[in-house]
Amino acid sequence: MARIGVFVCHCGENISSTVDCERVAQQAGRLPGVAFSADYKYMCSDPGQSMIKEAIAEHRLTGVVVSACSPRMHEPTFRKACAEAGLNHYLCEMANIREQCSWVHPKDEATTQKAFDLVRTQVEKVRNDNPLEPIRVPVNKTAVVVGGGVAGIQVALDVAAGGHKVILVERDPSIGGHMSQLSETFPTLDCSQCILTPRMVEAAQHPNITLMTYSELESMDGFIGNFNLRIRRKARSVDEKLCTGCGLCTTKCPNKKIPSEFEQGLAFRTAIYTPFPQAVPNKPVIDRDNCTWFKTGKCGVCGKLCPTGAINYQQQDEIVEVKAGAIVLATGFEVKKTDFFPEYGYGRYRDVITGLQFERLASASGPTRGEIRRPSDGRVPEKVVFVACAGSRDPAKGIPYCSKICCMYTAKHAMLYKHKVHEGTPYVFYMDIRAAGKNYDEFTRRAIEEDGAKYIRGRVSNIYEKNGKLVVRGADTLLGGKPVEIEADMVVLATAAVSCDGSEELAQKLHVSYDSYKFFAEAHPKLKPVETNTAGIYLAGACQAPKDIPESVAAASGAAAKVIGLFANDTLTREPVVARVNRTAPPIFSTCMGCGLCISICPYQAIDTEEITDRSGKVVKTIARINPGLCQGCGTCVSFCRSKSIDLEGYSNKQVYQEVVAMLNSD
Amino acid sequence: MNKLGFYPGCSLEGTSREYAESVLATAELFGVELAQVPDWNCCGATAAHNLNRALSLALPARILAKALDAGMKEIVVPCAACYNRLSVTQHELFLDEKLRRETEEAVGLPLSDKVEILNVVQFVERYIEGQLPEKVTQPFGSDVACYYGCLLVRPHDVLQFDRQEDPQAMDRVMRLLGANPIDWPFKTECCGASLSIGRTELVAKLSGRIVREAEERGAGAIIVGCPMCHSNLDMRRPQINKYLGARSKIPTLYLTQAIALACGLDKKQSGTRRNFVKVDWNALRNS
Amino acid sequence: MSRNINPHATVDPECLTPAPEPHGRHSAHFSASSLASQASATVGVDSARCYQCGKCSAGCPLADEMDFTSSAVLRMLQTEDPAADRELLTSQTIWLCASCEMCISRCPMQVDIPKLMDFLRQRSLYEGLANRDARRNIVAFHRSFLDVIRLTGRSYEIGLVVDYKVRSGKLLQDLTVAPAMFLKGKLALIPEMVRDRRGIKRIFKKTDE
Repeated sequence: MARIGVFVCHCGENISSTVDCERVAQQAGRLPGVAFSADYKYMCSDPGQSMIKEAIAEHRLTGVVVSACSPRMHEPTFRKACAEAGLNHYLCEMANIREQCSWVHPKDEATTQKAFDLVRTQVEKVRNDNPLEPIRVPVNKTAVVVGGGVAGIQVALDVAAGGHKVILVERDPSIGGHMSQLSETFPTLDCSQCILTPRMVEAAQHPNITLMTYSELESMDGFIGNFNLRIRRKARSVDEKLCTGCGLCTTKCPNKKIPSEFEQGLAFRTAIYTPFPQAVPNKPVIDRDNCTWFKTGKCGVCGKLCPTGAINYQQQDEIVEVKAGAIVLATGFEVKKTDFFPEYGYGRYRDVITGLQFERLASASGPTRGEIRRPSDGRVPEKVVFVACAGSRDPAKGIPYCSKICCMYTAKHAMLYKHKVHEGTPYVFYMDIRAAGKNYDEFTRRAIEEDGAKYIRGRVSNIYEKNGKLVVRGADTLLGGKPVEIEADMVVLATAAVSCDGSEELAQKLHVSYDSYKFFAEAHPKLKPVETNTAGIYLAGACQAPKDIPESVAAASGAAAKVIGLFANDTLTREPVVARVNRTAPPIFSTCMGCGLCISICPYQAIDTEEITDRSGKVVKTIARINPGLCQGCGTCVSFCRSKSIDLEGYSNKQVYQEVVAMLNSD
Repeated sequence: MNKLGFYPGCSLEGTSREYAESVLATAELFGVELAQVPDWNCCGATAAHNLNRALSLALPARILAKALDAGMKEIVVPCAACYNRLSVTQHELFLDEKLRRETEEAVGLPLSDKVEILNVVQFVERYIEGQLPEKVTQPFGSDVACYYGCLLVRPHDVLQFDRQEDPQAMDRVMRLLGANPIDWPFKTECCGASLSIGRTELVAKLSGRIVREAEERGAGAIIVGCPMCHSNLDMRRPQINKYLGARSKIPTLYLTQAIALACGLDKKQSGTRRNFVKVDWNALRNS
Repeated sequence: MSRNINPHATVDPECLTPAPEPHGRHSAHFSASSLASQASATVGVDSARCYQCGKCSAGCPLADEMDFTSSAVLRMLQTEDPAADRELLTSQTIWLCASCEMCISRCPMQVDIPKLMDFLRQRSLYEGLANRDARRNIVAFHRSFLDVIRLTGRSYEIGLVVDYKVRSGKLLQDLTVAPAMFLKGKLALIPEMVRDRRGIKRIFKKTDE
């Protein structure tokens, strides 16, 4: 026979001003199975908690209902008090008569009645509660970082410095990301490669960091502390262990006219290639789509020439299984290409380029060795027009947001151009100059005042080619929208920053939310900026929204701090609210018929099958089995089970039914 | 024999007779019978939508209602201005039921959105393009500048015709006629359109830029699908020449005139004898 | 703190049907008397959406001729200054706009400027503020055009030109081109007419504003 205690809290006057707490307690005391009831002004206070503990001991209570506020804040408080008095945590329930009753109703007889009804439902629930134990899970102290740009490198280095293992997964043949393509960085104009490449090397050499380049995340299951990942190592066709990175293969490859991704199409590469000279690892890959050997079975020059025999045409993609306790997404961004702009020529004018292409032109390691020359004929441009907000802040093009980095890099481009071509004139069409950041506004002013960039406030309507010049038609809105026409030699579009190709698929594999532009969503825009809504998965850098380098690095260190904080625990506890398949005495064993419906609908892949054998080892029945480590307690299987064989611990069908009956029987 | 509805519009009955002649001659050559929408009226053109929105919807609505009444499923509307007004009217009336009921009340006839409105290029694409390889007997040999103007391509979300920057449909047809359509940036720039009579000097300037650009880029003819563009580029040539300070000789041909010439029809059938700027077919064709 | 919810209360259907707003948001922040709010209410063009990028003015073929460019027009509407509203209604701009729709085809905010221009023209005539120069030529031409249609159901060049010459007083303009047109067979001496002229009259009557 149950012996339940009911404790009604006044919450100062928060509850008692509209609910007659004393009467609720008295009425509750008369419910069958209730052995004790009381009301008190502040149940969560020390005397209130003592009252509960004493009552448990004195009345030998088998369950407790605290009728007070929302369980969100104080359920742990009261469950802890019960546990201290020797009662199992999970035999304590709360009836929320504050948010769900006193705060939303006037002082009235019906309000008190509703409070009592809420108490009564919880009494029924407690009557059917079973003692449960929290689930303890170990924490695997390895982190997987997806994306090897500056953000991913920073996360990896920080977590590794914290003494934990890191696997850095990069889709391209080299780590480095967009930052390795940049010439100089704002607002200091320090060389991007000079500050990044040492970090790339450090990441490669760190004993705690394993690099997996040319690799992609295939699938993920598990949960915080215990993720299982499958990573596809794409066939490099080059044995990384044998290859010394001598580069003979890349110089001898006859297939030399493939547009280089790293150079943004401004230069060519070979079919076997290292993306750039400072690549990490500095080992080539064969681009099988463009390799003569893979297309026709002829050639094989690289294989014949390689002094160490590292070329392996037979290499296959390899799936590597990895266990990790935390995952950090740092997959970065992309920029729209010039063919995105019908009014700027659909990408058919060679001298209309993107900001990222301009970075390559300005880079000392770029196709022109840092000289500003236009792609069509290699001439040094005398007039260059820079167009900010190309695609950004443009709802009609489906990109209403600000790409954030363009104002600054456009000012930098104008400056770099002027530094390299003293006689040249840079024009900048802009809508607003967004230069909020340390030394940012000063930087844009410098572009205008010291380097003579001609800023024109207006957007460019269209661009067309005429006699080898690009006619740029814009307007000066500070002069009432007066049309401005500039015959430029080159046009640089600060094209919109967008989420990476494949972001949506990756987010779905990891159960991470994303916004309508397929940037990954943080758990809270202010207080949880590097967490996702999936515990144990964190965000760093521009995969979340356009970010510049300082911001990406700051977010990366933030994510690393979260990972190190998680890894400070050897085990994690989880609520034992998980689904369970019932078991009965032989010869039935379980009412589960093994139909498998639950297996297919479980969103966490937590269900498989289990065979029940007799003493001789013969299989007598196959039933569903739920892995409590994977189960998230969502209850989907419970509602789908046709034979009602699955129950959620702490929320069994019977309990919920009894609660509903108690609610409907109110008089 | 395909039988289609046909709305010539006022221009094709008057200032742009050569357009009507070339459309009808081409249709006949390609086995299409064009039956006029019974007792059709003017679409109201720019005047109506500048001065009176309700009227600008009711006049085209009557035309659509008449076509519906005659059981026409497709109507060919060679005039780009009429095509635009009819399409926009149909679009707006079937977005807003109240507006439709008011308009039906004014017109006194029921409306339906089932009448498909074809501009001249769509007509050519659907009923003529496929037969061109066999029917072209006198291919073009020159460069041409396909000029679409405003009304064929804008507003794009209503018309959904070709791409609104650098459209290609006419270029494709001209290529089939043997011509080499040039890549030029004035395909959809405005010729001045309705300002033709009210502010002729502005039309001379706007159309002048188009003529100059086409000529400078080596085109032997400008190809159009709109009587307003045609009259501005052709009939207004003296004013254009005055603006340019030069005597431009580049003729302006309707797309259907170009097809007619390439298929061996003469200047009477193609209506080119009515053009103001002389069409020198010998200079244009492949010899 | 406490609020009784009456389950029988009905929702005012007016609250559920927003004014026509072809491009998403409706702007309720204009004072009722301003031109901006009238434009929003009658043709659903919300000038608050304009963020003054100037792309419309940049591509406008007639911007050079206008007293206010299209982006300036939007800015003036946004101020809701009665003096600015009046300046707009008396401007040349609204009559010079050729409705080529280049502006909206490239407008990042999809502000329907051609529709707005139609609205401003009609407003300007209604309030008797139409620009004097424009009234003499452009408005006169449009009026003549509609006069002819009202009578015959179709446009008829000679009738139109005569009507226009009378309205505009420009008796000599275009006389040079007329004989050539006649010779090319492009001028009909007798107007083509719609048979059902009562139907046309009915349309003009019903849509008279």
